[in-house]
Amino acid sequence: MSPTGLSIQSVSKIFPHAGGAVRAVDEVSLDIRANEFFTLLGPSGCGKTTLLRMIAGLETADGGRILLDGEDIAPLPPSKRPVNTVFQNYALFPHMTVAQNIGFGLEMQGRPAGDISRAVADALKTIRLEGMESRRPAELSGGQQQRVALARALVNHPKVLLLDESLSALDYKLRKEMQIELKRLQRESGITFIFVTHDQDEALSMSDRIAVMSHGKVAQLGTPQEIYDHPATRFVADFIGICNFLPAADLGLKDAGEIGFRPEDAAFVAGATPETPGAKGRIAHITYRGAVTHYLIKLADGRTVTLSEDDPQDVKVDDDIAFAVAPDRLIRCA
Amino acid sequence: MSPARKKSLLLLSPFLAVMGAFFLMPLLLIAAYSFLQAGPNGGVVWHFSWDAYVQILYTRDFDGTLVFDAGYLQIFWRSLKLAGICTALCLLAGFPMAWHMATRPPEKRNLWIMLVTIPFWTNLLIRTYAWMLILRTDGLVNNALVKTHLIAQPLTLLYNDFSIGLGLLYSYLPFMVLPIYANLERMDWRLVEAAQDLYATRAQTLRRVILPLAAPGILAGCVLVFIPAIGSFLAPDLLGGGKRMMIGTLIANQFSFARNWPFGAAASVVLMAVVMLGLMLMARKGRGLQSLV
Ligand SMILES: Nc1ncnc2c1ncn2[C@@H]1O[C@H](COP(=O)(O)OP(=O)(O)OP(=O)(O)O)[C@@H](O)[C@H]1O
Ligand SMILES: [Mg+2]
Repeated sequence: MSPTGLSIQSVSKIFPHAGGAVRAVDEVSLDIRANEFFTLLGPSGCGKTTLLRMIAGLETADGGRILLDGEDIAPLPPSKRPVNTVFQNYALFPHMTVAQNIGFGLEMQGRPAGDISRAVADALKTIRLEGMESRRPAELSGGQQQRVALARALVNHPKVLLLDESLSALDYKLRKEMQIELKRLQRESGITFIFVTHDQDEALSMSDRIAVMSHGKVAQLGTPQEIYDHPATRFVADFIGICNFLPAADLGLKDAGEIGFRPEDAAFVAGATPETPGAKGRIAHITYRGAVTHYLIKLADGRTVTLSEDDPQDVKVDDDIAFAVAPDRLIRCA
Repeated sequence: MSPARKKSLLLLSPFLAVMGAFFLMPLLLIAAYSFLQAGPNGGVVWHFSWDAYVQILYTRDFDGTLVFDAGYLQIFWRSLKLAGICTALCLLAGFPMAWHMATRPPEKRNLWIMLVTIPFWTNLLIRTYAWMLILRTDGLVNNALVKTHLIAQPLTLLYNDFSIGLGLLYSYLPFMVLPIYANLERMDWRLVEAAQDLYATRAQTLRRVILPLAAPGILAGCVLVFIPAIGSFLAPDLLGGGKRMMIGTLIANQFSFARNWPFGAAASVVLMAVVMLGLMLMARKGRGLQSLV
């Protein structure tokens, strides 16, 4: 265990549900380093929010320990934890102005008024909402509200900042901007970010490390590249990006079971004849995606795989083709 | 008049008729009566006169000169005070009740609403009599206290401001609880979590987040309690023994025993003016409450 950072040790949360019980979080253990951009990624209902709420203290764990810089924070109420949350729905106080919202945490900590107004002014500059300090949340756009929620948490300089799908309500362009903004804020502030998302692109592009969750458990923990290139389970491979799975024999390999590969790791074999070894199929569909083109290929046994190529290939629908996968890009997982 | 206007007036007419029959007419009648002369055996003589209003502040001496008399003003003042205290007590008792109801699991809340509204199933008159049985000298409370030797002599619990206040509190508590409950019930509890996440203690969360958000409900409850309380008739008449007058009893007396309809009407008009003033003050307070952050 690292002396600094957040250590989650076999933490569980069980909700009673219709007579039975739901293990929303099931003995999860994670060591999150100080100043790390850590992402919890997983499908809806896998327990991401519940885990965050336990770190914030809004939910009590049904087992396990949560240590912050080596100290057990379980006995502390949410108001005593050096942890702040950017809520999934922002949860801005509707009856307060933007400035009052941002200054709320500092005020509750009993900081002098001068310090608060200075910190709020700084924060407004950081989120580029100068001149909007006296507006109410209802008078802001979704993206602006989101930035206020972020500033309201960041201004307290917590040790850990929890972000629950904070970007999911934004449009594509604003989302990309905010991703860069978040990364910058995290680097500059030295705060540990725990970021929840079910968007794999977002997770891959922003995180130092990712924990992929499924049914309350951590399916895999690693850097974006480790998780993308070497998914530990079929679930992870499927959840992160597109992954084709074929029986090893179809690819002309001697392994037992199925082998996976990413669409971009397979290439057409030019001038292939039915006698050429390797995988063969017929083009069923071509989708032009701008930077890449996707080819849906139907194999003789009815399976389909997707190939993607940067440059449009000289093939059309119903052509018989062969393709090959670079041996070092094959994915063998449980 | 354009056809569209005619049509909208036609559509509005049932509404206007109801408003006229049930709201405006009785009020206008009262206002009109207050400017007439009293008939010898009740009723009014259709003759304009300020007498009723003069009577509120002055009495006619034996020789016919007008002397200032604060008697009725005191009754107004006492009514205002009692209604104000009653509203404050209803708020103190009602807010925690509403809070308790709103924080129950959703399926249990309807049961609580029913419990709060049970008193409405019987007439207020009967329930006020029940309080007389509880409070009188050989009533439930005194008997219990004497029998357990906690006191030697029965306490005077009835026919004083205490019994009137208790009666008012009892009568109007549901009118405080229900609007506050309705408000708390649809409050966004995630805001409470956000406040706690931002280092607010329970007291700070209550003062800075919950109360401002519940302000509309609190204000509605105060209005719904204050207005009927200030003009209430049953509690002061029965629990106050008619001796501790409030405006309600005063007005009722003018129309029954005293047979001075114009004076009763004038007192009603003044009461309405007082209530209106009270409402305006509360509205300003309420706005203050909401901007209090
Ligand atoms: N208060 C609760 N009572 C009962 N069950 C709950 C409660 N909160 C969450 N759950 C259950 O726990 C599981 C995990 O929920 P959680 O909100 O943590 O999922 P999530 O990963 O955040 O999903 P999403 O991506 O949709 O936000 C779900 O099955 C959910 O139904
Ligand atoms: Mg969630």
